[in-house]
Amino acid sequence: MTAAIVGAATSDLGVTGLPALALLAQGVTRALADAGLALSDVDGLATAGTGRFAATQAADYLGIRPAWTDSTFAGGSAFEMYVARAAQALASGQCRTVVIAYGSDQRSARRRSLTGPYDAASPEAQFEAPAGPLFPASHYALAARRYLHVHGLGRRVLAEVAVAARAWALLNPEAYRHTAGPLTVEQVLAAPMLSSPLTTADCCLVTDGGGALVLTTAERARDLPRPGVLVLGYGEATSHAGSAGPADLLDTGARAAADRAWAASGLGPHDMDVVQVYDSFTITTLLSLEALGLCPPGGAGALVADGRIGPGGELPLNTSGGGLSYGHPGMFGLFLLIEAVRQLRGECGARQVPGARTAVAHGTGGILSTHATVVLARQDTR
Amino acid sequence: MSGTTGASSLPGPPPAPADAVTEAFWQATREGTLSVQHCPACGGHQHPPRVLCVHCGGIDGLRQVPVRGAAVLDSFTTVHRAPDGRAVPYTVGRVRLAAGPVLLVPVLGDPDSFRCDQPVRLVWLSLPDGRRQPAFTPAPDAPPDEPEP
Repeated sequence: MTAAIVGAATSDLGVTGLPALALLAQGVTRALADAGLALSDVDGLATAGTGRFAATQAADYLGIRPAWTDSTFAGGSAFEMYVARAAQALASGQCRTVVIAYGSDQRSARRRSLTGPYDAASPEAQFEAPAGPLFPASHYALAARRYLHVHGLGRRVLAEVAVAARAWALLNPEAYRHTAGPLTVEQVLAAPMLSSPLTTADCCLVTDGGGALVLTTAERARDLPRPGVLVLGYGEATSHAGSAGPADLLDTGARAAADRAWAASGLGPHDMDVVQVYDSFTITTLLSLEALGLCPPGGAGALVADGRIGPGGELPLNTSGGGLSYGHPGMFGLFLLIEAVRQLRGECGARQVPGARTAVAHGTGGILSTHATVVLARQDTR
Repeated sequence: MSGTTGASSLPGPPPAPADAVTEAFWQATREGTLSVQHCPACGGHQHPPRVLCVHCGGIDGLRQVPVRGAAVLDSFTTVHRAPDGRAVPYTVGRVRLAAGPVLLVPVLGDPDSFRCDQPVRLVWLSLPDGRRQPAFTPAPDAPPDEPEP
């Protein structure tokens, strides 16, 4: 049995003044309206971020009593993991209609800080926090420095990722940077250094936001109004909690996650019409492209150069504008999936990839700690 | 590996207190001894200390052993906006000990001179409770191995 995404929507974005649960509920009501379904149809719910009892809190706010919930907390890749869990729950018959939802008021509430969320009982509180790394920026910066060193590249390859993200955002009326004008490589390189080699322009935005997906069985999807998007395969991997953990910083779990998803889907990286990868930092994108198998290690620099990942380029990447220029409400994993669905439905207006039938969403959480890949395809029309 | 006992103290908040598993590591720092955990079953080394060996799963006879030999700077980042009010810029590095384990530590010196894979040596920073924080600095005769990209 195959699962299908039958509804997708985003909540208000930017500086909303709304609490996180209100933004989550906005996404849910909009996604259900999109799917032609009602709250009373929802018997499965997955979410994270709104407190320790995130799914409980969300279910209570929505006024539902789901038969299945998941609050796996894995940062930015959690929502790709929820697609996998939801597909399994639908296949087992534990529930029929799953909502994957998220809401964050981190910008309005000024929750985001540069300091780490080190649990005092964690090994990192004794052995990493004293050095004063920004969390998560310095950890990604360590990977970026190593990447540039190993492959003999300069900061320009990082900057190209931010430049392309902005170019896509200029075509997306929803994007936080829609009217900000184009960004140049020189501007990224000249932006204030945060944690070298990453400047503020290599880092994702800080915004409020939210959204939701509605999933059900592919069979049932055929009776619903919107074109279904099939979940063809998924894979995940969890690696390290601290930056001293991995022997090789560039050997994350991302490759294993992607390989599992490709094997399950029967498709490969070069079968994808649209690619959505987490761009918490510009380096995350480069490492993800390599992990997905779109280029060999060290090849991402050439892959992203000269507009190849921007509008009209050969590899349509992060077409919403991504976390760098669309918005970044704390965890971006859900937004990768929403944009993939919109592309596969042909709803993307000026940024639409013509004839897109296949897409991959690859989430990254923590400090390159958690990795999850979902392969999607447009459901054949009747 | 014995390091220089520097007069300087760690800028910023001290590490979280030692616990029953990490006590031996921190006690050794009071005498200027850097140690990693050794597993007698497989001969592997690891850090931080744990109640099991991540190489073989062994649980018996794990103990802290002093570290000798060279270390190299695997990667580093210079922070320009401090999370806790400490003076910027300062540098955080991944330092690979010859025994294998990697430490995330302060790197002292001129950030413009740091290069990945360069040899570094241990220096100690004092902590308010008498423990010491390991830090590293470029080894004196290490030539830069490449230009900054």
